[in-house]
Amino acid sequence: MTDSANPRQLRLLIADDSNTDRLILQAILTRQGHEVQAAVDGEAAVNLYESWQPDMVLLDVMMPRLDGVEAARRIKELAGERLVPVIFLTSLSDSGALAQCLESGGDDFLPKPYNPVIIRAKLGAFDRMRRMHETLTRQRDLIRERNEQLLSEQVTARRVFDNIAHTGCLDVADIRYHASPLSVFNGDILFACPRPAGGMHLLVGDFTGHGLPAAIGALPVAEIFYGMTSKGFSGPDVLRELNQKLVRILPTGIFCCACFVEVDFRDRRVRAWNGGLPDGFILRVDGSRDTLPSTGLPLGVLAPERFAASMSEYVVRPGDQLLLMTDGVLEAGNAGGDWFGEQRLARVLDECPADTSPADFLVEQVQAFSGRSEDTDDLTILALKISADDPVASRPPKASHSALTGPASWSCRYQLDGETLAGFNPLPLLLHVCMAVAGLRQHSGPVYTILSELYNNALEHGILQLSSLWKDGAEGFNRYYAERQARLKQVGSDQYIRFDLEHRMRASGGRLIIRCQDSGKGFKVDRNPGPVLSVGSERAFAGRGIPLIQQLSSDLTYNKEGNCAEVVYDWKSVDTGFEERAGFSD
Amino acid sequence: MPVNTRRSDDGETRIIAIEGRFDFSTHQAFRDAYEKDSEGIRHWVVDMSDTTYLDSSALGMLLLLRDFAGGDQASIRIKNCNNDVRRILTISNFEQLFAIE
Repeated sequence: MTDSANPRQLRLLIADDSNTDRLILQAILTRQGHEVQAAVDGEAAVNLYESWQPDMVLLDVMMPRLDGVEAARRIKELAGERLVPVIFLTSLSDSGALAQCLESGGDDFLPKPYNPVIIRAKLGAFDRMRRMHETLTRQRDLIRERNEQLLSEQVTARRVFDNIAHTGCLDVADIRYHASPLSVFNGDILFACPRPAGGMHLLVGDFTGHGLPAAIGALPVAEIFYGMTSKGFSGPDVLRELNQKLVRILPTGIFCCACFVEVDFRDRRVRAWNGGLPDGFILRVDGSRDTLPSTGLPLGVLAPERFAASMSEYVVRPGDQLLLMTDGVLEAGNAGGDWFGEQRLARVLDECPADTSPADFLVEQVQAFSGRSEDTDDLTILALKISADDPVASRPPKASHSALTGPASWSCRYQLDGETLAGFNPLPLLLHVCMAVAGLRQHSGPVYTILSELYNNALEHGILQLSSLWKDGAEGFNRYYAERQARLKQVGSDQYIRFDLEHRMRASGGRLIIRCQDSGKGFKVDRNPGPVLSVGSERAFAGRGIPLIQQLSSDLTYNKEGNCAEVVYDWKSVDTGFEERAGFSD
Repeated sequence: MPVNTRRSDDGETRIIAIEGRFDFSTHQAFRDAYEKDSEGIRHWVVDMSDTTYLDSSALGMLLLLRDFAGGDQASIRIKNCNNDVRRILTISNFEQLFAIE
């Protein structure tokens, strides 16, 4: 081959105290096209190596001042990670001595007297080795650098992700959760967000696959989940939006198994939707438990028109525990090749002590089973203890930026007509209009509750003429909702619900007036004694709606016909007496 | 090869059998199994007789096959699942998309 017959020019350092030998070698190497410098002893060779940085070194073994073996050791040390082949020049023929040359750090030896053919071949071989080493070193450095870059990008990405995903209420005392701190890139998600009307939404999910696609999918999920929940959208609305967004952005084959739960502390109800995650559980105070089984396809699989976001409803009591998990629990393995599995899970849930959160207990048990704590990196578990009071509503509100920014004096009318009433929820929109007033944002909970109670009363009792007396007992409840669904389909085109909103600033706060009128027949109002409404009236309200509005607002009045309610909501800036209104939880 | 394919006698059905674990490592082989020479194939059978395990990326691959085979109009049967495999398909409610026998 031309390459070995005519090797590249190399920078060669030779050291030999014998003038004759040195000159012969120098002449051979120069004739073969290399650049050569020569030293007369070991120490000179080391110095020359340092100043000239040759590609290869050829050393006589026996030299004054510093022998070849020691010079080789120092040169190798100076070379560090660079591969600088060192070849010993020797007239020794004893195999023990030759072997010692290599053991002491040399790479090969050249026997004297010199043979130009052998020299050319050896230099060619070492040059190939040297260059391969250089390539490997360069590639390793590149990989190392890229990896560091990737890690630092992941840290930054994690920070962005945390800003989007962890603004929720995972930190309330009643929630215990376990999630991998390792990376956002394992594809598991875990979110909790308070609802403006009280209660919260929870979402536990698991993207197919790991890495970048999963992390990218998690971002819009977080944003939709937090954004829509805090604007007052219902669970099915949020789920539908999540599904259609994921269908649109994720390639076929990537999807998100998820369990979505809406918790209502006031009504003591839990609504759940599970698509593709293992069973969730409600662990009852009395030791029994309900399962929240997967009934739907994962998010991001079905086209929007085929997606069903219907949620199952459960009645809960204070002290009950809600438990959600991804499949990392069931699929945790041990050294024996067994899986944790459903039966072990059932046993662990049976054995969970009353004073321990099932999330903590389960993590402990899975760890004990697998015997390896790193296995729990795949575990994502959330437990919420149902409390008598809403854990979020009782938290102090965040300080406002400025109560005085945004619109101060405004009014608007929003009317829903005919069949639009059947399928559209106007509450997020109305809340959004009100929340343009910065100072009112601290009051989004009560304002949302007032809007939603007014709207539901107008729709269910005014338009649909449902009697809330039916709501007694579980059967009645079902009948009520079945009837509600049926009547919604028959809403006439002349029916309407109209909201009139009006806002004015006042000293250290403002006044929001909400009027809600419907096209229904109305009901008899006992007008004299102010806010008290008789329960036995034709339009019998179920217990809480009206008293709740009364409790939250400054004033509630009905017109004579009983089909128009007016609520006056006075608010003060947080720093000047928000406490008066903060008693939101009853 | 962990993925084997054959064609039914009438030539219109392709049977894809997966041996061992059906997970991401099977990705290319599974894709080849449904893409190659698929002209004239109208029905698909995924035979899980020898499949020991199925993970979520395998679910993704089944969805890819479904897209390839015509989406909502696809005719795909998944046969002979063991209990573990069956459980994973059931949790994910894949019986809404595939005929699971």
